[in-house]
Amino acid sequence: MAQFTTLTSRLVPLPVNDVDTDQIIPARFLKATDKNGMGDNLFADWRCNADGSPKPDFVLNDPKYRGAQILLAGDNFGCGSSREHAPWALTGYGFRAVISTSFADIFRNNALKNGLLPIIVDAQTHSDLLDLVEESPQAEVAVDLASQTVTLPGGKKVDFPIDGFSKTCLLKGTDELGYLMGFEEKIQAYEASHS
Amino acid sequence: MSQPQTLFEKVWNSHIVAQEPDSPAVLYIDLHLVHEVTSPQAFTGLRQRGLKVRRPEKTVATMDHSIPTHDPSLPILDQLAAKQIQQMETNAREFGIRLYGMNSPHRGIVHVIGPDLGLTQPGMTIVCGDSHTSTHGAFGALAFGIGTSEVEMVLASQCLLQRKPKTYEVRVDGQLGKGVSSKDIILALIAKIGVGGGTGHVIEYRGSTIRALSMEGRMTICNMSIEGGARAGMIAPDDATFEYIAGREFAPKGEAWDKAVARWRTLPTDDGAPFDKSITINANDLVPMITYGTHPGMGMPITDRVPDPDRLNDPSQKMALAKALNYMGLQPGQSLLGQSIDVVFIGSCTNSRISDLRLAASLMKDRKVAPGLRVMVVPGSQDVKKQAEAEGLDKVFKEAGAEWREAGCSLCIAMNGDQLQPGQYAVSTSNRNFEGRQGPGGRTFLASPLTAAAAAITGKIIDVRTLLN
Repeated sequence: MAQFTTLTSRLVPLPVNDVDTDQIIPARFLKATDKNGMGDNLFADWRCNADGSPKPDFVLNDPKYRGAQILLAGDNFGCGSSREHAPWALTGYGFRAVISTSFADIFRNNALKNGLLPIIVDAQTHSDLLDLVEESPQAEVAVDLASQTVTLPGGKKVDFPIDGFSKTCLLKGTDELGYLMGFEEKIQAYEASHS
Repeated sequence: MSQPQTLFEKVWNSHIVAQEPDSPAVLYIDLHLVHEVTSPQAFTGLRQRGLKVRRPEKTVATMDHSIPTHDPSLPILDQLAAKQIQQMETNAREFGIRLYGMNSPHRGIVHVIGPDLGLTQPGMTIVCGDSHTSTHGAFGALAFGIGTSEVEMVLASQCLLQRKPKTYEVRVDGQLGKGVSSKDIILALIAKIGVGGGTGHVIEYRGSTIRALSMEGRMTICNMSIEGGARAGMIAPDDATFEYIAGREFAPKGEAWDKAVARWRTLPTDDGAPFDKSITINANDLVPMITYGTHPGMGMPITDRVPDPDRLNDPSQKMALAKALNYMGLQPGQSLLGQSIDVVFIGSCTNSRISDLRLAASLMKDRKVAPGLRVMVVPGSQDVKKQAEAEGLDKVFKEAGAEWREAGCSLCIAMNGDQLQPGQYAVSTSNRNFEGRQGPGGRTFLASPLTAAAAAITGKIIDVRTLLN
C-alpha cells in the first residue's frame, strides 16, 4: 500500500458540499480494466466543456493552484458510488491529501487504501484554511501524520483524528491484504465452526 | 442475562473472525457479489500475488453496469465495454466463479438477482463493489458496498477489515396514503437527514409501516440507505421475508429450511436494545416525493415549491442550493407541478422489480405516452423481464408507446449508451440525481414508479394522486 508520512503543499480550494464520486470521476470513465490514466479525467465534467476545452472558472484550471497536492473540499466529500476510481483519479492527478469537515464512509476507506490521506478538521479550521488560501494561494501547510497535525504558515498547529490502525498502515505502507491473510488459521477455525 | 442486542449487532458479532485491540474487526463474508466494473483491477491484483479466490462458491458474478439493453443479438459497439465484459468472463472462468453472463437467463442487476435467486438470506454478511449493496439489508442481512481493494481482499480471504459502525433507528409508523409508496418513504427520510445524515451508521428501519411493506418495497428503502450516507440499511426478517425466500433456487430446502427459519427468527432486535441515534417518521403525513436538486437529499413533497437559497442561513448550503438550481434550470419558489420533461426511466436496482413494473403498468394501461416523450422501461433482471412478459406488462408498456428493454443498470448510471442529452429533463425511478449521472448535462428528478408512470402519460410532473380517483 502507498505510504504517507509528511507532506508540505499548497491547497486547492473546492468549497462545495457533498461532492459525489460521480463528479470526481464520471461513470463513463469506469470502463477501464486497469487503474491507469484516471487522473486525466478527474472532475472531468467540472473541468472541461463537452468539446474537451477547459472551463476557465474551475479551480483546477487556475494556473496558480497547479501542482498543489492538497484538496480543500466541502462537507461530506466523496458521497455516492463506491468506485475506488475516485481516489485513483485524485492520486493520479497528483493529490495526496483531502481536507474536509467530513467524508463519506466508503470513499474514506478507499482513500486510505491508496495513500490518500483524508484529513478531518472542524468548521472553524476549515473556514480559516479557506480564508488563508484566498488571501495567499501560495501559502503552504505541513501535514505530519505521525503527530496528526496540520501546521499553518504562522506556525499554528491543528490536530486531526485518524484511527490507530489506518495511521500505522499509512505510515508503514502496510499491505492490508497481507495482514488479513495472516489470520488464515483463525479464518479456517471460523469456517470449521460455521459449516 | 446477556444485554439486549440490535439486529445489526447480532449479525456483526456472529461474523467476527478476530478482533485485535485498537484494530478493525476481521469480518467473515458469507456472500460476495461481483460485477464487471469494479472487479477487473481486483482480479489483476490476485494474479500479481499468485492468489486464488478462497471460496469461489460464496462468490457470484454478473454483468449489469456496462451492458447494452438493446436487442441482445446485436454486437456491443462500445469497445471498452465489450472488453470489460470479456474480462469478467475470463476472470470468472479462470478463478472458478459462477457467472450469470450475457447469455444467462438469470442475468440482471446484481442487487436484483441476489434476492431473485434466493442467494440473499437473513443474517448473512453480503458485500459487493457497489454502494447499493445496502439493498440486501431488506432481508435482515448486513450488506454494504466496498471498494476494489476490498473486493480483492474478500476474493482472497473471504474476510474484510471493518471498524464497527454505529446504529441508527429509523421508525416509520402509520398508514401510507393512496399513491404513496416505499420510494416516497426513503426520499422523505433522506430529505430530512441529508445525504450525510447516516454517515458511520447502519440504519435499522422499524415500525408498523415497514412491517406492512412487501419485500420489494423493503428493498427499495434499504437500497437508498447509502444515499443518506449510511453504511447499510437493515430490516428484521419476518414471515414476509421467509415467504419470499422459500422455494427460490438457492434457498435452503427441507430440514435445512426449518433450521434456517428457526435461526432467522432469533435475529430481530431485542426489546430494549439501544441505538446510537433514532428518528421517527409518520407515514400518515407522507405524500408523493420528488427531488429538485442534484443530490437525493434535495427532495420535497411533490406539491411543495422549490426552496429559495436566499432563505438559508448557512453560506455553504446556500451556495450548494444555488448551484443545484442553476444546473437544474429551476427557479426558487417555483412549483414542479406542470414541469415538462423529455424522458422517463423506470428501472434501476431501486425500482425495477416486478411489483414496481406492475405499479407503473397499472397506471399506463390503456393510456398513451405523451407525444415527444421517451419512456424507457428496463427490468431489473431477465427473470423479472420474463415474469413481466408472462403477465402481459410488456404489452401494456409497448402499446402505450414505451420502450421495453433488456435487463441492466441502463439509464441509472448511463455507462452503456442509454443516456440523457445535455439539458434534458428526466423523471427517473433510480437513486441518484447527481450532476451528469444520467448523461453529461442531463437533469434528473427522482421519484416513485407511480409518479414516473404519471409523468410518462402526461409528459409533465404531476401529482399521481390526481389520476387515481
